[in-house]
Amino acid sequence: MQILLGSLLNGLIYGMLLFMLASGLTLIFSMMGVLNFAHASIYMLGAYFAYDVSRYISFWAGLIIAPLACGLIGAAIEVWGLRRCHRSGHAAELLFTFGLVFIIQRLVMMVWGTLPVPYQVPGSLNFTLFALYGQNFPAYRGFMLLVSAGMLLTTWLVLKKTRIGLIIQAALTHPNMVAALGHDVPLVFTIVFAGGCALAGLAGVIGGNYFTTDSGMADALGPIVFVVVVFGGLGSLVGCFIASITMGLVQTFAVTANGSISSLFAPLGFDLGGDTLLGEILTLPIARIGPLLPYILMILILFFRPRGLMGTRDA
Amino acid sequence: MSDATRPRDSALIANRRRFQGLRAASPWLAVLAVAVLLPWLFYDYAHGRQNSFMISMFSQMGMMVIFALAFNMLMGEAGLMSFGHAAFFGFGGYCVAHFLNAAAEGDFPVPLELMPLAAGLSGLALAIVFGSLATKQRSTAFAMITFGIGQLMATAALMFQHFFGGESGVSTDRQSTYSLLGIDYAQGLEVYYLIVAWALIAALGMHYLTGTPLGRMVNACRDNHERAQFMGYNPRMVRFLQFALSGFFAGTGGGLYAITYEIVTYDAVNLPLSGNALLMAYIGGVGTFTGPVLGAVLITAMQSGVSLMSNSWVIYVGTLFIVMVTFAPAGLTGIIKAHAPLARAGRLGRLVVPYLRLTTPGLMVVLGFVCLVEMLSFLTIGAAEGKKFNVLGLSPDLHASPPWLIVAACLSIGAIWLRREARLFHRVWDTLMADLGPAGNR
Repeated sequence: MQILLGSLLNGLIYGMLLFMLASGLTLIFSMMGVLNFAHASIYMLGAYFAYDVSRYISFWAGLIIAPLACGLIGAAIEVWGLRRCHRSGHAAELLFTFGLVFIIQRLVMMVWGTLPVPYQVPGSLNFTLFALYGQNFPAYRGFMLLVSAGMLLTTWLVLKKTRIGLIIQAALTHPNMVAALGHDVPLVFTIVFAGGCALAGLAGVIGGNYFTTDSGMADALGPIVFVVVVFGGLGSLVGCFIASITMGLVQTFAVTANGSISSLFAPLGFDLGGDTLLGEILTLPIARIGPLLPYILMILILFFRPRGLMGTRDA
Repeated sequence: MSDATRPRDSALIANRRRFQGLRAASPWLAVLAVAVLLPWLFYDYAHGRQNSFMISMFSQMGMMVIFALAFNMLMGEAGLMSFGHAAFFGFGGYCVAHFLNAAAEGDFPVPLELMPLAAGLSGLALAIVFGSLATKQRSTAFAMITFGIGQLMATAALMFQHFFGGESGVSTDRQSTYSLLGIDYAQGLEVYYLIVAWALIAALGMHYLTGTPLGRMVNACRDNHERAQFMGYNPRMVRFLQFALSGFFAGTGGGLYAITYEIVTYDAVNLPLSGNALLMAYIGGVGTFTGPVLGAVLITAMQSGVSLMSNSWVIYVGTLFIVMVTFAPAGLTGIIKAHAPLARAGRLGRLVVPYLRLTTPGLMVVLGFVCLVEMLSFLTIGAAEGKKFNVLGLSPDLHASPPWLIVAACLSIGAIWLRREARLFHRVWDTLMADLGPAGNR
């Protein structure tokens, strides 16, 4: 019970963090058809910016400044990079962001060094919120949940209740019609791209000190975010949300689960061990298969629902 | 009379055919000759031995040529972007490592010369499995699925000890099997010639495929997927076949990798290698058959050469890639091809002056950028490694502002100047093209 509840909370936090990244990616992808490979790199930049700001001012200033900086970088990428590439089609835009991944990673190593930076949880949040079956629940995790829930609510309100949200939603499905109605669709694109990058930056601010802030953090999370977007389906924020939470829970539960595939069959009297490849697959603890699960889930969902969980259209 | 001339006509035609065949074969023969002679250009005559650094670089080039061409079967020919193509390359490599180990125990009596073929078949098998899934989609969704497949393989490679050997990889010995030609492959040069032979075979095979009905349909599905469907073809099947064949050739390259290095680690299936194929094909030019070859040779040379001098070659290649994507999406061969109409009209000479005017600001930008990157990376990475900063024989104090100001000025002045010159160049180019008229735009 204690493990179950603990994993549930941790999985929820991880899932919300994934959603913060994936929501921006899905919005950008659905609207502009651009799969932003550098999205996780922006997340990494957010963490590093927050580290720098927290060194000189405070964590709370970083919580505001770092996402804004990431949003500005996103806007710059969109205006000076992607628009130029747009002439040569979506492939060029995709490749442009792919090149950015290499450059940003190397730049981060050049500016902040190759070792992890000591980006710490702020002192004012470094206490135990409550104890659960003898396990302490740090206040910072509660704060992370709060921030991501607040972000979710804000995004939902902006998309559903404001005029710009209405235009964004319309541009999501009918960009040409929206342009024909006289809206500045390129500007909407820039806003969405910058907004998505700001969200990624925010995820970096609160995720950087939860995990570690190093030059490998983009590579660690980037592929999972892609899986979430594919799994959730293109053009669907709800699908993206479900996928994020699912991935978060699956990965957290896998780590805490003990036993292997062969242990499922053990009560039936089968012994599926043995020193073969199949034996190894079957006896490998589920905790170690954890990193593999998102990709297996993605392949499964694509096999049964090629458009993803809630996807409404093909790419 | 007419009966008497016929034999002469047919002899003429046969002659012409032979001539055309020779013309088609000549670039291949030229490449073969260069590849065979290349190691001897760097032969160390003083010590009477081969230059092993150069040989290993040329061997790497050979594998990468195969890999980049296989990648371009999807990217250029089919318009499908694969971000996990190293999965097939690496799988071929792992399989050959196991085949060689099995051969050592006498279970797999295949000569070394045919091992790349076995690797190709392994790659083909894996590509059939993953391809049946990935080719359900096209364009961006396809790219994402292949990305997932690549990640799946890379993660699995670290996880399963039996097949992938975990982090330490699978080691093998290429001399554990016999040779058809009686060569023992103890020397790097012998392996290099094996790679050349296989690179040529693979390239010929892929070139042949572009002319087959399948190759044509692949192009048709890339250009207009709906019209191909109306013609009664199943674009998914076409994509699938091309994907499987591409997996075959990528596996061949991977087999040569295993033979050369005698160890296959998860680097051979990981994302950076998939990215490399993309960089090579794109920088070389995806629109032509020779593009990926040029790209593979160039990037491998850069990788080997620049990484000796500087540890930030990634940033240079990345920047080059972004610049190419933005300004020259057709790649290097695309740029060369754009000059063909001018060359035919004999007006290439008029571009000499504009090109010369581009060089000074261009060099300024490159120099400024390189210095900036090196100085930045020295401050954090180089200093920690205890190196001394050294550019052009100067070692300025990087904690003072003058070197930074000079470099920033060099970069910004160069950039502004380059913009002006580029505009001028464009004007000259446009007038020249307009003068050629519609004939020039063929």
